[in-house]
This record gives sequence, C-alpha cells and structure tokens, in this order.
Amino acid sequence: MIIESYALFKKDFHSELRTRYAINSLAMFIIVAISVILFSIGNETITESLTGGLFWVVIFFTAMSGLARAFVSEEERGTTLTLQLIASPTTVFSGKLIFNLILVFCMNLVIAILYSALFEKFVVQNFLLFLLTFILGNIGLAVASTIIAAIIAKAGAKGTLYPVLSFPILLPLILTCVQLTLFSFDGTSFEEAQFELAIVVGYDVIMLTASFMLFDFIWKD
Amino acid sequence: MIWKIFLFLLLAFVSIAGIAFPIVEKPSAWYEFPFIPGLEENAKIIFFHVPTAWLTVIAFLMSTIFSFRYLKNKNLDEDAKAHSAAQLGMIFCILATVTGAVWAKFAWGQFWSWDPRQTSIFAILLIYGALFALRSSIESEDKRATLSAVYSLIAFVTVPFFIFIMPRIMKGLHPGSADDSNAGPVVDFQMNSNMQLIFFLSLIGFTILYFWMWRVGYRSIIIKDKIEKQLMIPTSGQGG
Repeated sequence: MIIESYALFKKDFHSELRTRYAINSLAMFIIVAISVILFSIGNETITESLTGGLFWVVIFFTAMSGLARAFVSEEERGTTLTLQLIASPTTVFSGKLIFNLILVFCMNLVIAILYSALFEKFVVQNFLLFLLTFILGNIGLAVASTIIAAIIAKAGAKGTLYPVLSFPILLPLILTCVQLTLFSFDGTSFEEAQFELAIVVGYDVIMLTASFMLFDFIWKD
Repeated sequence: MIWKIFLFLLLAFVSIAGIAFPIVEKPSAWYEFPFIPGLEENAKIIFFHVPTAWLTVIAFLMSTIFSFRYLKNKNLDEDAKAHSAAQLGMIFCILATVTGAVWAKFAWGQFWSWDPRQTSIFAILLIYGALFALRSSIESEDKRATLSAVYSLIAFVTVPFFIFIMPRIMKGLHPGSADDSNAGPVVDFQMNSNMQLIFFLSLIGFTILYFWMWRVGYRSIIIKDKIEKQLMIPTSGQGG
C-alpha cells in the first residue's frame, strides 16, 4: 500500500512539474497577500500578537487558494474513475495527503522566511517550540484541507465553498497555533506550552483517523 | 391532541412566570425569586437562554447520529431526519446567540467579547451555515446526503475542542471558565426551589417543542420527496 501511494504521489508530482500550476499560483498568492498587508501597515510598527495572527491568516488563505487542486484536477481531467478502478480509497487518500503535505510545508516555509525578513516583530525566542508548532500545524492543515478538498471535488468543484467549509474545521487548530506562535515569540518554555501542544497533537490524530475512515464514503459513489 | 394543549399551557406558564415573577431579597411567597449575587435582575433570561443553548447541542448531536446512520444503511429517510435536526439546530443556535449577547450586554458590559463560549457558539453557527451551503450546491439526492453526512461527522469531531478545551485555554467570563472562582451561579444552583422548578419546566417544555417540530420537519421533507418522485415518473414516461 505504501509503494502504491508513493506511486500516486509521484504521478501527482510529475504532472505538477509539467504544468507548475499549483506552485506558480501559490507563490504569487503569497507575494500578493504579504504585499497587501505591508501596504496597509505603511510606516507603522505592529504589535507581536498582530504579527503572529497575520502569519496564520496568510497561511490559511494561501492553503485555501491552492490545496483544493489535489482532487479537483482529477475531476476536471475525468480521471477519477480510472483511479477508483486501480487503487483502494486509502491508497488514493494517502497519495494525495503526501502531495498536499509537501506543498503545505514548502509554502509555509516560504511564508515564514518572508515574514522574518519583512516584519520587525517576527522574532522567535524559543525556536524549538516554533518549529514544533510549525510542523504540527502544517500536518493538521494538510489533513483537514485534503479531506475537505475531496468533498469539494465531489460537490462539483465550487471554488468559493472551499474556505467556507474549511474554516470551522480549522478554527481550533488555527486558534491554538496562533497562541503557540505568540508563546514562541515570548520565549515561553515547553512546560508552560504543554497543554496547547497536546491540543494540536490531539487535533492531528483525530483528524487523520476521521479522514481515513470517512474518505471511503466520499470516494465510492 | 391532549399533549399539544398541555405543551401550550406549559410554555405559556413558563413564559409568564419567567418574565413576570419578581426578584426580591428574601423570597417568602411561592412566586418570588431569590436575589442571586452576580446575576441580579438578569437572572430571568436563564429560563430562555439555557434551553435554546441546550437544544442547539441536542440538535447537533441528533444530526450527527442520523448522518452516521445514513452512511451505514443509505436510507434517505435518515438524511431527512438529520437535515430537519440541523435546520432546527440553526434556529435555536441563532436564538441562543442572540439571548446570550443580550445577557452579556447587561452582565459583562458589551454584546460580544469573544468569550470562549461565544467563540464556540459562533463556530457551531459557521458549521451549520457551511452545511446548508454544501447541501444547496449539490443536485443529486444521494450525493448530497452522503457528502453532508461526511461533513457533519468531520465537523462533529472538532466540537469537543470548542466545548471542552477552548474555555480552558482562553480567559472567559461565562460560568464554567478556567478562571471562574465562584464556579458561577448556574453550576452550583444557588436558585431556590421555585426558580429551579420553572427552570426545569422550561427545559422540558422546550425539549418537547423541539421534538415535535423535528417530527413535523422530517415528515414534511419525506412527503415532499415522495410527491416530487411521483410527479417525475409520469412526465418521464410520456417523454420516453
């Protein structure tokens, strides 16, 4: 199964390299979103908590602009039926999940680098805590947005519906990650941030389990 | 029929008693409510705010249970039940948000302050809204039922985060929050017996009302579907 999902991931990866649709649109979206924020700030310096919040705002909307592609592209090209024939639902979901995970990691790395270069108050005191938040937050974001993307693709690829459906699902993750990012700015120790970290880990595990269990129902119709 | 009259009388009594009974320092007559520090004259809205919030949760739970049952046996009647519960949940969710905001204005000073409870009811409102947006975007009946059932199950697994965990990490004003020192008048029931009686009568009355509305709701959805199918068969027969 692992080999099969890796093959599926490789297929997505190659078709992405051929068109570079997701990479180009995500990169442009990041630049546009950050420059809009910079223009609206102007010469003022914004507080730490606002910087941390805006960081996750950009991450959320960038994810919403690009991650639906994974399943929508299959529906557009009409290759869903072939996939249904050759692979089990679990394989399909893990292949798409690996692709989205790598996409989310690349995109958020770029956002984090741009933020630390462009925003004065984006200074991380506890780097390990920030790194852990970043990794766990990215996993949660990728899992939740992949399963919602599958629903959206079956609902007829309604672009505007994607953020509407994802936001309530992602809200607990984003609120906790904003809190953890602020902790890492303040240099809070791991012991004090334990409870929030446990929430994010719990969210990731619950979402992963629920997605794998429910994907069968979305995929087979 | 008898129980409908009984329900009408019960809810009429609860509304009149909840609004009209006076709050005094030392209650002596059976119709007088005690003065609870921290709640004061605002205490009366408890008879309407708590039942609506309770029914929001019940409706959400029932919608999830029937969604789960739909995924198990693929019976469209289960989907009608889940949809009807979600519709009522949306109505009671709006009512709970509005009564809560009115109460917050007089107890905490402003209508909305992003208290953890307010955040969670806002998230539930968003989930209901997203569910209806998803339903209205899909034409095919089976697909609509399956996808909305899956979505409501995914949304359901995030609800514990809002209800149990958010109030623990965010500072809150609502009774039951992390930094609530006196545990709140709602939690340890400083009400006297007549106030408790009307409170529980209100809960029972609203719950019966909910189940009645839910039954009417899902039956009308099922009948509407049946009529539409009956109307469709002769026209397609003539056409073919």
